[in-house]
Amino acid sequence: MLLDVTDLRKTFPARTGLFGNVIDRVHAVDGVSFRIAEGRTLGLVGESGCGKSTVGRAILRLIEPSSGTIRFQGDDITNLPPKQMRALRRRMQIVFQDPYSSLNPRKRAGDIVAEPLLVHGIANAAERREMTEAIFAKVGLQPRQMGLFPHQFSGGQRQRISIARALALGPAFIVADEPVSALDVSVQAQVINLLMDLQAQDGLSYLFISHNLAVVEHVSHDVAVMYLGRIVEHTDKATIFAKPLHPYTQALMAAVPVADPSVRRDKKHVMGDVPSPIDRPKGCHFHPRCPLAQPRCRTEEPVLREVQPNHRVACHLVA
Amino acid sequence: MAPVLEVSGLSTVFHTRAGIVRAVQDVSFSVEAGETLAIVGESGCGKTMTALSLMRLIPSPPGEITAGSVKVAGTDLLKLDEPGMRKMRGSQIAMIFQEPMTALNPLLTVGRQIAEMVSLHENVSRRAANARAVEMLHHVRIPAPERRAREYPHQMSGGMRQRAMIAMALACRPKVLIADEPTTALDVTIQAQVLDLIGDLRKELGTAVVLITHDLGVVAETADRMIVMYAGRKVEEGTTKDLFADPSHPYLQGLLASIPKFGAGEGTRLREIPGIVPALNNLPKGCAFAPRCSAAVAKCQEAIPPLETKRPGHAAACWVT
Ligand SMILES: Nc1ncnc2c1ncn2[C@@H]1O[C@H](COP(=O)(O)OP(=O)(O)OP(=O)(O)O)[C@@H](O)[C@H]1O
Ligand SMILES: Nc1ncnc2c1ncn2[C@@H]1O[C@H](COP(=O)(O)OP(=O)(O)OP(=O)(O)O)[C@@H](O)[C@H]1O
Ligand code: SF4
Ligand SMILES: [Mg+2]
Ligand SMILES: [Mg+2]
Repeated sequence: MLLDVTDLRKTFPARTGLFGNVIDRVHAVDGVSFRIAEGRTLGLVGESGCGKSTVGRAILRLIEPSSGTIRFQGDDITNLPPKQMRALRRRMQIVFQDPYSSLNPRKRAGDIVAEPLLVHGIANAAERREMTEAIFAKVGLQPRQMGLFPHQFSGGQRQRISIARALALGPAFIVADEPVSALDVSVQAQVINLLMDLQAQDGLSYLFISHNLAVVEHVSHDVAVMYLGRIVEHTDKATIFAKPLHPYTQALMAAVPVADPSVRRDKKHVMGDVPSPIDRPKGCHFHPRCPLAQPRCRTEEPVLREVQPNHRVACHLVA
Repeated sequence: MAPVLEVSGLSTVFHTRAGIVRAVQDVSFSVEAGETLAIVGESGCGKTMTALSLMRLIPSPPGEITAGSVKVAGTDLLKLDEPGMRKMRGSQIAMIFQEPMTALNPLLTVGRQIAEMVSLHENVSRRAANARAVEMLHHVRIPAPERRAREYPHQMSGGMRQRAMIAMALACRPKVLIADEPTTALDVTIQAQVLDLIGDLRKELGTAVVLITHDLGVVAETADRMIVMYAGRKVEEGTTKDLFADPSHPYLQGLLASIPKFGAGEGTRLREIPGIVPALNNLPKGCAFAPRCSAAVAKCQEAIPPLETKRPGHAAACWVT
């Protein structure tokens, strides 16, 4: 297994008292476990604030997990000291949503992409230039564009630069956090195709974070659905889209507008807002919005259980 | 039925140091009572500027509406003076935005703002205006409307603020509602609720809705007809069903092919539209889509294709298809 995450938790202090004591906590990630194999993509979906980015950052130790373990290529990296962690970043990288703010506007595109090589002391200047040219070509940019600044590129091209930078050290695993959400539809396709081509060529693995279910369905092998810091359903892509079992997954799928006017349906939409991650509902976190909720759901927390081989669901009503 | 909103030949420019930005060029469309027309197109193609032109809210300078007419129930808004236009806003034509805080005043309670909108247009008592505010909040399905009316915008969730803005926009029963990306910033479950709400109110009140969005899924689920804009111009128009089933313009063909579809199967590649949208202060001579178009012929670089009827109720601006 390339990546094995067990019972990952992360809380943030939400409010501190007079004496610096923490009064409330944001339970951003609350006991999340999953695995990703070589060459596979796990899609992580859920609505704003459910903890997707926090999961992605915590696995790369860009933020420190509150508890849980992260094993990468067999090694427990949860408590790896910073220096070793930095070395490990050669093999695990992240691509962010916003290609505008994640690139240094004062650096040339070529230098941005070559920077990780420089930081890790890889190769001499001439070799680095050659490697950078190769990466540029790989992500569909012209090597002669290496001297341009980020603002001289379009949104899709800027996202290619971020991907090129993430690829510079030849990683095995990339967290792609909403990599196409800021892009125009006609440009989205370019970046999605690129990510999939790279996987086919180099056997990369992805944690693909997105709130766009159609995109997730397109790129993922497996899908995990999060609600208020927890995974509520997790199985392979075909199953989750054909036969979602958790009422929240069903609600999410019913809410997604389908780009086909011939299948316009009269759908029942789930009511209410997502509750605050500070003061979460007791029992099943979804019960105030759940059309199927039973008295038991208000008091007892459903655990994530394997209801069918490789299909895990956290709902009392799913046998 | 006569359309309630008739826009014809609308052109809006911005005078900038980098030259004239042609944000909206010769755009025409009409909407009937109870109908939803979607305006789709990529970032920067002129959707918001079209909407702001209809509302006469283009910042001027640097902006200027240079041609066209915008008729609501027969009255040309572009011919009105500012006091006359102020009377129309809210009572005849209203607009909601992506970010509710652009429309809501953070310092006033939500109920007070809606009541003031009512008082501005109708000769009613303060008490009646307040009662209408509560009724509108109830109408947009805000629970405990009496209590919510006394809250400030920041005390509400994003979805609730969006509803409050809709309540304010519809308080005086305008004939036309322009919704500019009303759900883009919302979660999908909340988006579905808000779109349901707009659809229901449209049916109940007979409002004509102009829905601006870049999300083709939202268009497919809510719009009766749609127009597609590219680089400031309308390039295709028709019923939603017809355009999705059989798009004429290579741009719409490309857009529809580039979005992932459910159940497409393992490893299928999406179709890409190469290149990027042109800058509006430096448009190509011919068809603005020509540099990205796989169907382009020599003529496309030379002259702008006129909008032609391809089938009844379906028009497109393309030399080839
Ligand atoms: N540094 C922080 N301090 C306090 N709270 C935080 C911090 N980072 C995230 N949170 C909170 O943790 C929760 C999860 O946030 P996260 O960014 O992981 O959500 P997300 O699923 O990525 O949402 P989105 O789809 O909006 O990106 C949210 O309630 C957020 O406000
Ligand atoms: N004040 C201004 N000065 C100069 N150009 C402007 C100004 N405001 C808008 N524009 C230009 O007008 C064009 C149309 O903008 P508009 O906001 O209508 O796009 P849009 O289709 O709504 O895009 P989005 O989907 O990003 O909201 C853009 O190219 C923009 O750069
Ligand atoms: S556990 Fe109960 S409330 Fe939670 S999703 Fe299942 S049925 Fe709904
Ligand atoms: Mg996030
Ligand atoms: Mg806009």
